[in-house]
Amino acid sequence: MTTAVMRLRKSGGLLGENGSLAGLVVLVVALTLLSGDFLTVTNLLNVGVQAAVTAILAFGSTYVIITAGIDLSVGAVAALSAVVLAWTATSHGVPWPVALIVALVAGIVCGLVNGVLITYGRLPPFIATLAMQGVARGLGLVISQGSPIPLPDAVAHLGDTIGSYLPVPVIVMVAMGVITAVVLNRTYAGRTMYAIGGNEEAARLSGIKVTRQKIITYALAGGFAAVAGIVLASRLASAQPQAALGYELDAIAAVVIGGASLSGGKGRALGTLVGALILAVLRNGLNLLSVSAFWQQVVIGVVIALAVLLDTLRRRQAN
Amino acid sequence: MTEILSVRGLRKRFPGVMALDGVDFDLRPGEVHVLLGENGAGKSTLIKMLSGAYHPDEGTILVDGEPTVIRTAEDAQRLGIATIYQEFNLVPQLTVAENLLLGRPPRRFGLVDKKAMYGRARELLDRVGVDVDPRRPVASLGIARMQMIEIAKALSLDARVLIMDEPTAVLTSTEVEQLFTIVRQLRDQGVAIVFITHHLEEIAAIGDRVTVLRDGTTVGEVPADTPQEELVRLMVGRSIDQQYPREPAEAGAPLLEVRNLTREGVFEDVSFEVRAGEVVGLAGLVGAGRTEVARAIFGADGYDSGTVLVDGRPIPRRNVGAAMEAGLGLVPEDRKGQGLVLGADVRENLGLVTLRRASHGGFVDRTGQGRAAAEIASRLGVRMGGLDQEVRTLSGGNQQKIVIGKWLLAEANVLILDEPTRGIDVGAKVEIYQLINALTAAGRAVLMISSDLPEVLGMSDRVLVMARGRIAGELSAGEATQDSVMALAVSETEEVV
Repeated sequence: MTTAVMRLRKSGGLLGENGSLAGLVVLVVALTLLSGDFLTVTNLLNVGVQAAVTAILAFGSTYVIITAGIDLSVGAVAALSAVVLAWTATSHGVPWPVALIVALVAGIVCGLVNGVLITYGRLPPFIATLAMQGVARGLGLVISQGSPIPLPDAVAHLGDTIGSYLPVPVIVMVAMGVITAVVLNRTYAGRTMYAIGGNEEAARLSGIKVTRQKIITYALAGGFAAVAGIVLASRLASAQPQAALGYELDAIAAVVIGGASLSGGKGRALGTLVGALILAVLRNGLNLLSVSAFWQQVVIGVVIALAVLLDTLRRRQAN
Repeated sequence: MTEILSVRGLRKRFPGVMALDGVDFDLRPGEVHVLLGENGAGKSTLIKMLSGAYHPDEGTILVDGEPTVIRTAEDAQRLGIATIYQEFNLVPQLTVAENLLLGRPPRRFGLVDKKAMYGRARELLDRVGVDVDPRRPVASLGIARMQMIEIAKALSLDARVLIMDEPTAVLTSTEVEQLFTIVRQLRDQGVAIVFITHHLEEIAAIGDRVTVLRDGTTVGEVPADTPQEELVRLMVGRSIDQQYPREPAEAGAPLLEVRNLTREGVFEDVSFEVRAGEVVGLAGLVGAGRTEVARAIFGADGYDSGTVLVDGRPIPRRNVGAAMEAGLGLVPEDRKGQGLVLGADVRENLGLVTLRRASHGGFVDRTGQGRAAAEIASRLGVRMGGLDQEVRTLSGGNQQKIVIGKWLLAEANVLILDEPTRGIDVGAKVEIYQLINALTAAGRAVLMISSDLPEVLGMSDRVLVMARGRIAGELSAGEATQDSVMALAVSETEEVV
């Protein structure tokens, strides 16, 4: 095989690392044939907006999953961050740019605590982030006293569409995706994530400060969760303590559909984006086809299993 | 007497290496048949075929005179072939009885019948003459007892052929005597035993016949009372000098000084130095504490007291970063588990140690990284499809070159090599030895841990021997022989901990 071909294969070529992009294309073509309403500008923008929150959460989860970790707290942290934003800005009159920063910091702090519990506390990531899920969700309810808090107008505009074709959530999603791709491919932090997930002991014996890098990883996931929370709240024009319930699982599903391995060392920003789009397109399409919400859950479960199954088979064949 | 097991013309090729190239081997009931050969001669490949882990490309295995295909471990078990590997197949958390009857505990009304289980376990333990409570968790036993449990377990499966892979490597001499007593008993009961050992003096003590393997071929079958010199000649088959092309360099200033390094219960009062241009061999039995000392020096693990100096300056304990900064590098014994990120490509692995240095403002200079990796890979003669090949798919020798290569990129001044040639074919071994020569010629220092005695003797300018966590002695290249090293390695082993 020539190196050019190998490079093309490695970069996933045109069809995505694990064929997920091909899957997305097939899905889009099928839905276009099945429903006249699918391939319209309005609907596609709608799909993009629906995918945005999941995708941003999933980008954060991609870091964690590459290090062979898991973060079950991102949904709750997203809700908490949004509540913190609304509470400081609306209830306490803090200027919105400051409130925005406070909300981001809240997300990052949650991530830092996760990282510290996992590294210094030696808790399994599953347990540490499950605990954080409870704490963050609870704190959001405590702060908001259980009811939605309206967002300041300036922030609520984040949910708007610029002109008629540029929804802000989609712009934020793309920006976060680009940041993720750069972090993963080009930065020290990103490259160490692959090494840690691939073989933590080898990374440590190569002088990588595993503890520090893992904490950074979870902090990044927390920061991304905060951004996702703010985008979600802006669409609803209010911060709801019960928002993003169970979104962490969608995020994990998107990462895995995108070709990452839960055992670590593998994963890409583009894959995750495609994974999130597949989930959004599927939900949208099933709605258009008037499939009941109950059956939608079944279909999505099957798709997740199929995506990973196909990937496993492909890899086994490659070996 | 008829053969219970015969092997004719066995061949097996692995990517890049002919592991077995025509092996013949016969085993009779009631004999202890020693399998002798250097590392990489094909002993483990052969026993893995007899236990169903590998399948021959060519040749026949005859059991009771019948050509037989051993496809799986279950096949081997059904044929009555049991293998005791160096790494035990025991579940440490479970009790002795549960381990002995793993997967087939006696049942009553569908539930495990504990009373029957302990009774059956007791019988099995009595048969190997080991006095241990079957209710004890295996983890609480010493290594010698664990081995006895393995033997008892093999017997419980009605093994007619018992293959033991270096069973004495980890035992003290008293424990070796106990093991021999049991092995003789089993032999007298008609069990056929394949016994692998590197200790030549054990052969006459326990064996009946010896089959010698070299480079994947049977080179001879001789009686166990054959003189050791003759066994060595058969085993090595050529002059040691060619195999170990050590070119001593002029020794300079001490680069690594270790003073009174102690970790409670693991190693004690370890002091030595390695000078620029020197290869210092660290010999000793498995479990003597060599790897633990190496990891402590490098900062991978802690220690209780003592000092490590690099280039005359003390380095902090338990700090890999500081050790690296000072110029230390460690090539760990477990290449796949600790040395490499198997799923990552060649470039990534070669650049692992220098990742920090290749980063500016948090961004990695990927182009520079690739250029450096390409350069070092060609200097080391890594045989690969390209820098983007996953290291998982490389041969052992090429993988090891990459682990060493990442430290060459980091320009490590003192390289600690832990079992640098384990599981590597002869050709790649020599390449790694030549690399060691180049390092010391350039004024760097090498501390080489190895259980391969000929390698230690052939490549070291000085040999340190560890026993029971202490430096038992130091030998110059001239003084070091198999006998003098082994004498030190087993010294103090009678001491009670």
